Amino acid sequence: MPQGERAGTRLDLAAVRARLAGQTGRRYWRSLEELAGTAEFEELLHREFPRYAAFWHEALDRRQFLRLMGASLALAGLTACGTQSREKIVPYIHQPENMVPGKPLFFATAMTLGGFASGLLVESNEGRPTKVEGNPDHPANRGGGTDIFAQASVLTLYDPDRSQAVTNNGRVSSWDAFVAALRSTLAGQRASGGAGLRILTETITSPTLAAQFQALLKAFPNARWRQYEPVNRDNALAGARLAFGDAATPVYHFDRAVVVLALDADFLAWGPGRVRYARDFIDGRRARQVKQSMNRLYAVEPAPTLAGVLADHRLALRASDIAAFTRALAKQLGVDDGLGDAPAPAGVPANWLAALVHDLQAHRGGSLVVAGESQPPLVHALAHAINDALGNAGQTITYIAPVEADPAAQGDALRALVDDLNAGKVEALLVLGGNPVYTAPADLDLAGALPKAKLRAHLGLYADETAALCQWHVPAAHELEAWGDARAYDGTASIIQPLIAPLYNGKTAYELLALLLDQPNATSYQLVRQYWQGQRQGADFEAFWRKSVHDGIVADTAAPPKQVAVRPGFAQGSASPAASAGLELNFRPDPTIWDGRFANNGWLQETPKPLTKLTWDNAAHVSPATAARLSLATADIVELRYRGQSVRAPVWVLPGHADNAVTVTLGYGRTMAGRVGADAGFNAYLLRTAAAPWFDNGLELAKTSDSMELATTQNSHSMEGRDLVHSGTLAQFQQNPTFLHNEGAKPSLYPPRHYDGYAWGMSIDLNACIGCNACMVACQAENNIPIVGKDQVQNGREMHWIRIDRYYSGDLEQPTTYFEPVPCMQCENAPCELVCPVGATVHDSEGLNVMVYNRCVGTRYCSNNCPYKVRRFNFLQWVDQQTPVLKLQRNPEVTVRERGVMEKCTYCTQRITAARITAQNENRQVRDGEILTACQQACPTGAIVFGDINDAQSQVSTLKAEPLNYTLLDELNTRPRTTYLARLRNPNPELGTE
Amino acid sequence: MQTEEQLDRIHDVPPIAPMIERGQSYTSVTNKIDSIVLGPLRLSWLFGFGLAFAFVMLLMTAIGYLFFWGVGVWGVNIPVAWGFAIANFVWWIGIGHAGTLISAILLLLRQEWRTSINRFAEAMTLFAVACAGLFPILHLGRPWLFYWLLPYPNTMGLWPQFRSPLVWDIFAVLTYLIVSLIFWYVGMIPDLATLRDRAKRRGIRIVFGIMAFGWRGSARHWHRYKSAYLLLAALATPLVVSVHSVVSLDFAVAIVPGWHSTFFPPYFVAGAVFSGFAMVLTLAIPLRAAFRLQSLITMRHIESMAKFLLVTGLVVDYSYLMEIFMGWYSGNQFEQYLTLNRMVGFYAPLYWAVIFCNVGVTQLLWFKRVRTNTFLLFGVALLTNFGMWMERVMIVITSLQRDFMPSAWGIFLPTFWDWATLLGTIGLFFALFYLFVRLLPIISIHEMRELVHKTEPDPQGSDGREAARELVEA
Repeated sequence: MPQGERAGTRLDLAAVRARLAGQTGRRYWRSLEELAGTAEFEELLHREFPRYAAFWHEALDRRQFLRLMGASLALAGLTACGTQSREKIVPYIHQPENMVPGKPLFFATAMTLGGFASGLLVESNEGRPTKVEGNPDHPANRGGGTDIFAQASVLTLYDPDRSQAVTNNGRVSSWDAFVAALRSTLAGQRASGGAGLRILTETITSPTLAAQFQALLKAFPNARWRQYEPVNRDNALAGARLAFGDAATPVYHFDRAVVVLALDADFLAWGPGRVRYARDFIDGRRARQVKQSMNRLYAVEPAPTLAGVLADHRLALRASDIAAFTRALAKQLGVDDGLGDAPAPAGVPANWLAALVHDLQAHRGGSLVVAGESQPPLVHALAHAINDALGNAGQTITYIAPVEADPAAQGDALRALVDDLNAGKVEALLVLGGNPVYTAPADLDLAGALPKAKLRAHLGLYADETAALCQWHVPAAHELEAWGDARAYDGTASIIQPLIAPLYNGKTAYELLALLLDQPNATSYQLVRQYWQGQRQGADFEAFWRKSVHDGIVADTAAPPKQVAVRPGFAQGSASPAASAGLELNFRPDPTIWDGRFANNGWLQETPKPLTKLTWDNAAHVSPATAARLSLATADIVELRYRGQSVRAPVWVLPGHADNAVTVTLGYGRTMAGRVGADAGFNAYLLRTAAAPWFDNGLELAKTSDSMELATTQNSHSMEGRDLVHSGTLAQFQQNPTFLHNEGAKPSLYPPRHYDGYAWGMSIDLNACIGCNACMVACQAENNIPIVGKDQVQNGREMHWIRIDRYYSGDLEQPTTYFEPVPCMQCENAPCELVCPVGATVHDSEGLNVMVYNRCVGTRYCSNNCPYKVRRFNFLQWVDQQTPVLKLQRNPEVTVRERGVMEKCTYCTQRITAARITAQNENRQVRDGEILTACQQACPTGAIVFGDINDAQSQVSTLKAEPLNYTLLDELNTRPRTTYLARLRNPNPELGTE
Repeated sequence: MQTEEQLDRIHDVPPIAPMIERGQSYTSVTNKIDSIVLGPLRLSWLFGFGLAFAFVMLLMTAIGYLFFWGVGVWGVNIPVAWGFAIANFVWWIGIGHAGTLISAILLLLRQEWRTSINRFAEAMTLFAVACAGLFPILHLGRPWLFYWLLPYPNTMGLWPQFRSPLVWDIFAVLTYLIVSLIFWYVGMIPDLATLRDRAKRRGIRIVFGIMAFGWRGSARHWHRYKSAYLLLAALATPLVVSVHSVVSLDFAVAIVPGWHSTFFPPYFVAGAVFSGFAMVLTLAIPLRAAFRLQSLITMRHIESMAKFLLVTGLVVDYSYLMEIFMGWYSGNQFEQYLTLNRMVGFYAPLYWAVIFCNVGVTQLLWFKRVRTNTFLLFGVALLTNFGMWMERVMIVITSLQRDFMPSAWGIFLPTFWDWATLLGTIGLFFALFYLFVRLLPIISIHEMRELVHKTEPDPQGSDGREAARELVEA
């Protein structure tokens, strides 16, 4: 700080005394500066832990926040966690049933994102949920895969930054005080039928909540329930209405589709059915010796997505041109939308469209056209019409009634709320979940309108931007802490059961609504149970309830198919898509922190974005050609101006992006995210308008002279001519199945090892890997892997035991993208074992290359000698050993590593050991498929298979016998236990093999 | 006369400069050397030592900071898990080589010019090895467990993993340290006795007396001393080759392109001797000027060392050439990529600086005018030191920076603490050297006396009798 500024710091003791005199009761203060309320103290608050600021190595900051979370005097002082519980602590006299100390239990539950449930199995160690897995019986997670959000949810649960007390105007208050305040307001509302009562929620599919809202609106007929979340399904719902004249939601059956067209649709990573769809789609792509066929995917999209880069033919097209493209396609397939002439937009090769038309026509009933949420309703309607024309309806696509409790357009709902607020009609506003102040379109100015409500209350996991504008903030219970229910993409209901009592006395929306309905003491459990009791009358309710809770799904609740018919000339009257001009701005949810709700989740912040491998930041993505035209380079800071708003954003040049378009991801630039998410990225919501939530033309981009540091885990784009990902086409495979096979083991000077018992091995199918990162986060949760922070990632010190390498081939504009998950290869001739001077990394009798953390002295020689560079080193004390709540999250079966120790993947040796012990107790061999490694279990597509290669019948042995099996860096003769199945593409012969 | 000249030409014997300046006597030699130790403290010494000591303090701070936070305070990362520490280790060990080479091999080869420089060259060896020895410990993730690399009986029943070159390193370096220390000390015993005898203060006499092990200079003493010294020289000789060969195996055993090559042992030994001689010159030239030792360390010494520098430099240059050739000839795409990457990649300036210092500058030594000009030679030696340090850094870093998987490629950038540790050990080296200069005879007194005897075959009035008288006086 310059001298002149420091001179302004003057402590006004008189002001301090005056403030103290005005206080009543016990209040914690940290310094005289705080009491004086000086700006300096405010600044000090923003700089975390100023006492240590000078002390720390400058590169450690974010890491240090995590380490000192628990010791934080700020939390201790502000939350006033007061009296000790008077309950006596006694050991079990009667041990609970099934409870064996040291043995984890698994409970089925569900978790929502965007309101839709995914089915989970949660591992509980002595009452602590530590790991989330997919529920293989749940329709949304068939086979047991999950996404990164479910995997990372345990970290949010134990986040010490979660709000921990009811606050009133920022000061700690109590639940009772809140109830009293709410009651008095409600009393005033009763007469008017709730005319001044507004409730804003995120998307709700919960049957119980829906029933509660119904009851509430009956009690307060003039009250309004609004739903808004930034990544909603407005376009899809409107599109179905446009096509059918009736609300409907499509359910896709990718397993039956042979030719798929994705219209800006990232069906593998976005939308309620993403995990299931990934599994179904990939099931159609596994080419094997016996089944030499696979589906074919076409994608048309502005910014590369997971589905897009997997496509056999991908066309980069600006989002605003996709409607015209779809119309042209529809026309050629004989669909009449009633809008007249439909020329293909510029930039679409004529043969491309023709080949696509032929391919779709050749697979009537076996093709599928999917429109993405970011496309306008017209595109959705056209997609429905095309599917209808191709006879796909009922085959690869079925329709159900919307799963949402209230499928009204959320954009309109929020606008109505803001209008009401501005008109002064709102007496009481309850925001149940979500962070609308941060996520609302900038032009609605919710932040300006919100304070016009007299009583504002917010229920949320964090004291976030919305909480700051509400008088009352009530900490919400995490979905792992409370009872509830929700529906999945196909309507299947699940009971959400808690795995742990609320850590911070969190409340649920169920309880808050019950309060409004004059059931102040009703718990979520009672409410959910009551609702289902109402649905299932009869003596067998208890059995039904137990089964539903146990299974994680309520049987027979999937929505029945709905009969819909495409209206001829459905688009008549709606605006024809305009020819696009200028620079296009695209919004996308962030691949790792979504709409911003996961901003304070360190695992997700440090998960590299699938395509850019960027961590801890978002960026403005542009194509190489556009970057060249505007003379931009990655990490340059540009100013994005749109409709009078502007933000400064770093550029990321992304191969395969459409030209003259910029894509930004939402969720960053949070101001009140917590210590992990603070100061990460820029806020793209500032550019978002209600009229154009996903894309619009008219962006202005101004280059500044600044640039910033971006932390990426992979700098290189190409394989540098090295044979790392074996790939070819289906046609080549059919001609000669062994065309990608490598020669296999070479002679070694060391005598061969013999494995009498098990010999563990892994097979990774590159044809099935979609690059979604679920394995990375799962591994992080399972193996107590720490995060290191942006600066350390920049320095190449990230800790992920499994990483997804991303390579490009071909030209910059239309590259082919390859994903390659790289865990430890568990080499037979492990170069690392040879060079460790203390024998800290050794071969075990089952062929694992194991790490003895206690023995490691940290020479790092093993990492140097590892050609795959999968070893990770604790350069500093990464693991937070102080914060108590973070200790709860850790897997007790896995050593927590201290600084100076090398670590790496060991095929989840703890899981192997557990299974081996069980098998020994039962006097049998470990069964094939009994052991799932964490990455394997999380993989939504089943790309990773693990098992005993001594057993010729095991799944992994069969895969290793496949002709596509190959060894990474075979020439080094390391003889890895992990091998790959080569990547195949299935290009349309009409378009050449590219 | 003409025939003599012709004879000279026929035998191609150039006129040889004397080993030491003519006109020296036993007394003058002894006085010259022991006055440095026994004379008054000089201000310039105090200043020099103070400066070096300041850097020792920097080293202490750097080590304290390192131990408190962990090895992450350096720039090392994945993939470049070894950085300055290992490069510094190799560099310092290399510097240590010249000492033993001069003492042992040149003794066995009866290169008498070595006597003027062997003492401080050996001291240099010891201090360099001491500096080098710090790094393998400092660079550990858990340095407090460094002793797990030693084979000692323990309750865990564990031995080091003997296939690892790091374990061989421990043996090689420790052996080298011990033998060098003994060799140095044994060589010093007669001189310590001289100091004991000439010291004026009782305390100093006692200290040197204890250190001299009761040396009385009897014929029997001399006989045994000479045999022991020769034997130790024979023992030390293979170590000159073995230490750096083993150190080079740290790299050659690994499969990393740029490390994995069979010619590393000779390449490293040549480099070690090269940098070692450069350091001897770097020390000898100022030392000679500061203490006016031109009569003992003559131009002939300087020039001989310069020639040695040239020869070893050429071996190093040949190795560079071979590295490039083998990179191409191997047909291995990783080796080929590495070779190119060194020349044109991120660290290309480093590579070309190495080539400039170790290939370009070295060629100046072909010229006698450069070899006999102490200023130029000092410059050449300094650049060689610098060049060899950069070479070590280049070998360590550029090989790791881009190995097999492009997805894992990275960059190493040194931090303040990397530099602080390097400068700190340089400070430590010089601080120790300053102490040595002040406390022990920097040139072997008794061997100089022998040289006096040889250079003055028939001095008038100064023959065996005077020597005997001196001895009696002593």
